Amino acid sequence: MNDKGKIITGLVIFFIIFTFPFWYNRGKAASVPEPVLSPTAKKAGECVRSKDYMKAEHMQLLDDWRDTVVRDGQRMVTNKHGKEFEMSLSNTCMNCHDNKAEFCDRCHNYASVRPYCWDCHIDNPKEIK
Amino acid sequence: MEDSRRTFLKLAGVAALGLTTKPVLDAYAASGGKVPDALVKRGSKAMTAKNWGMVIDTRKFTSAEDLEPIIAVCDQTHNIPKFENTKHEIKWIWSAPYHNAFPNKTNKYMDAHSHEVPFLVLCNHCENPPCVRACPTKATFKRESDGIVLMDFHRCIGCRFCMAACPFGARSFNFRDPEPFIPKINPKFPRRMKGVVEKCNFCAERLAMGKVPACVEASDGAIAFGDLDDPDSNVRHLLHANYTIRRKQSLGTEPSVYYIVGGGGSEEEEHG
Amino acid sequence: MLDLAVKGSKKYWGLLGILGAIVAVGAFFYFKQLSFGLGITGMSRDVSWGFYIAQFTFLVGVAAGGVMVVLPYYLHDYKAFGRITILGEFLAIAAITMCLLFILVDLGQPMRMLNVIFYPTPNSMLFWDMIVLNGYLFLNILIGWNVLEAERNGTHYGAWLKPFIYLSIPWAVGIHTVTAYLYCGLPGRHFWLTAILAPRFLASAFAAGPALLILLCLIVRRVTNFDPGREQIQSLAKIVTYALILNVFFLICEVFVAFYSNIPGHMDHIKYLFVGLHGHNTLVPWMWSAIALMIIAIILLLIPMCRRNEGVLAVACVMLFIGAWIDKGMGMIAGGFVPNPLHEVNEYMPTGPEVAITLGVWAAGFIVLTILYKMATGVKEEAAGL
Repeated sequence: MNDKGKIITGLVIFFIIFTFPFWYNRGKAASVPEPVLSPTAKKAGECVRSKDYMKAEHMQLLDDWRDTVVRDGQRMVTNKHGKEFEMSLSNTCMNCHDNKAEFCDRCHNYASVRPYCWDCHIDNPKEIK
Repeated sequence: MEDSRRTFLKLAGVAALGLTTKPVLDAYAASGGKVPDALVKRGSKAMTAKNWGMVIDTRKFTSAEDLEPIIAVCDQTHNIPKFENTKHEIKWIWSAPYHNAFPNKTNKYMDAHSHEVPFLVLCNHCENPPCVRACPTKATFKRESDGIVLMDFHRCIGCRFCMAACPFGARSFNFRDPEPFIPKINPKFPRRMKGVVEKCNFCAERLAMGKVPACVEASDGAIAFGDLDDPDSNVRHLLHANYTIRRKQSLGTEPSVYYIVGGGGSEEEEHG
Repeated sequence: MLDLAVKGSKKYWGLLGILGAIVAVGAFFYFKQLSFGLGITGMSRDVSWGFYIAQFTFLVGVAAGGVMVVLPYYLHDYKAFGRITILGEFLAIAAITMCLLFILVDLGQPMRMLNVIFYPTPNSMLFWDMIVLNGYLFLNILIGWNVLEAERNGTHYGAWLKPFIYLSIPWAVGIHTVTAYLYCGLPGRHFWLTAILAPRFLASAFAAGPALLILLCLIVRRVTNFDPGREQIQSLAKIVTYALILNVFFLICEVFVAFYSNIPGHMDHIKYLFVGLHGHNTLVPWMWSAIALMIIAIILLLIPMCRRNEGVLAVACVMLFIGAWIDKGMGMIAGGFVPNPLHEVNEYMPTGPEVAITLGVWAAGFIVLTILYKMATGVKEEAAGL
């Protein structure tokens, strides 16, 4: 084996490229953001599901909603306390959580997720007027 | 030695491929479930029917201007963009001269009314929709409960097979992001993203809230909307009392939009 | 065998470099298309499929055409084709690669591509097209690779491969049949709504595919030490001749039915393509060029003296390849959409970015082809002891 030099150089280059994201972003870690409840949301008091569930599963819930509403034509959901909601991101969720920047975007930016919900569903109906 | 190393590499490759598919399959397995612990239903005000249909009384329109408010209300309700470039046009309901709306029912000598007053055209919500047959992802589907042909914009991959399949030119494709071209955004209804197909939805979102389609509401009685499967419905009474035509019915798609024709000649048209 | 692909002359690397540059230009415009949307193409609400889908359709034919060397060898024991089956199979791999890329660049939401698998829809012809195309790609990789490896090792390929080889023959017919079914089952598109669309597609496939193969054989002979053989090329030429005649015959059948029956819906599309409709005639010169190219090619190929002259044969093959490409690649798709379902005439022409992306995909396919042919001819040279 007289290609030792080449192999080692190759391995080093591979290692550098592979670990690039780690050392490139070193020291830039932001603190974990806390979503802020808007006054409207606080006043409403309850959500369609518990806070913990929503924290972990809201994306799953929205994914289910969109199938239930668009495909099955079932638009209403009743939660544990018997309260009825329209299953609508624009017209239900964002009506209470009318502070998208603090409630949604912060965490999404932190986690580097870019949900394309906002491509079609209005950020916040109230701010449009 | 040579051989076993090769075999090992091959196996390792296949195994790696297998590992990468695992998360994909997991994600797939996880989705599609119904909301647990919560009761899902239609709204109490929702309008229901077995088979929604529409009867357009073309005798009640006397000029192209009569159609404009009807088209405009649909455009506003559904966030339809206005493009300068007609190639990128989005149309849900629009007006077309008789010979375009009914290309194989055009007579050499026509009555003045059909000749002069354009016709409203829209998705026919066919009983045998060729677009639904063509769609490779079920992004466009016929709703079992009421026969409306709907689009699931979340699922559409933008292959445009449905556009080739539709014999009525009822479908539009978002060739670019429509948002900047929507004159006034209606926040209650979603916009669309680039790369998906769209069309008239018979105002499924309004029916769910107990309201008739926007065009019907704006038509001043010229458009009737009801259950084609119910012999006592308003539309069935109209179909019983009047001679109607449908677009390209020889193709066997069974459109759910009927047209009462034969305008002109009668006095009340002139004054009405 | 990959070692043969990474050891090559300056010319080999130069060719790959040029093709790579074209791919890069195509990729640049593809990213523009991704961010802007398909609005950067010439497609419209009325002509909703354009250049990409047309290339796809044509290339499915090229891929299916490869079976014209496989079938005589394996089913009729025509020994001469044994030398070049691998060239047919590798051409199929490159062509299918291009087909899949063309589908990809045509999608409005390519990142949702897997929805076709997540929500399988057997009533959609596109679902079946995905299955047959990927299956054919897989079959050809499997067969081509194993046969070539056996040849290199001086052994016979395993008996387990035989069923796959036999399967690949009807499968080749299948890919183009299903591709024709994409179009010919649509009500209201009278230009495509014809039972001979699939046979017509196959005829043009069995002309254009082997014609390209003849040209590739002539190039291979010139740039490598492997000679695909004179008899092989001549046999291919006869296949091309009769397939091309069939293709023109089918076209005549279409024209007869439309014009003798005098049904406007059937005549309008053909009128638009060959004489123009309501003053719209962009495609007229193209279509007549295609007819002229195919007719001259038939005459050249039918005269034995011309066909036997490999120079003339090459010219005829180039002419018919271009003719078939215009006929199927430009006329077949755009012609089906004009006039539109409301009998309005809105024409289509590809835009610059669209052409650049198209060339990029073709170049990507030719990179695959170049590498595969490098390996195939390398093995053949080794086997001949060169």
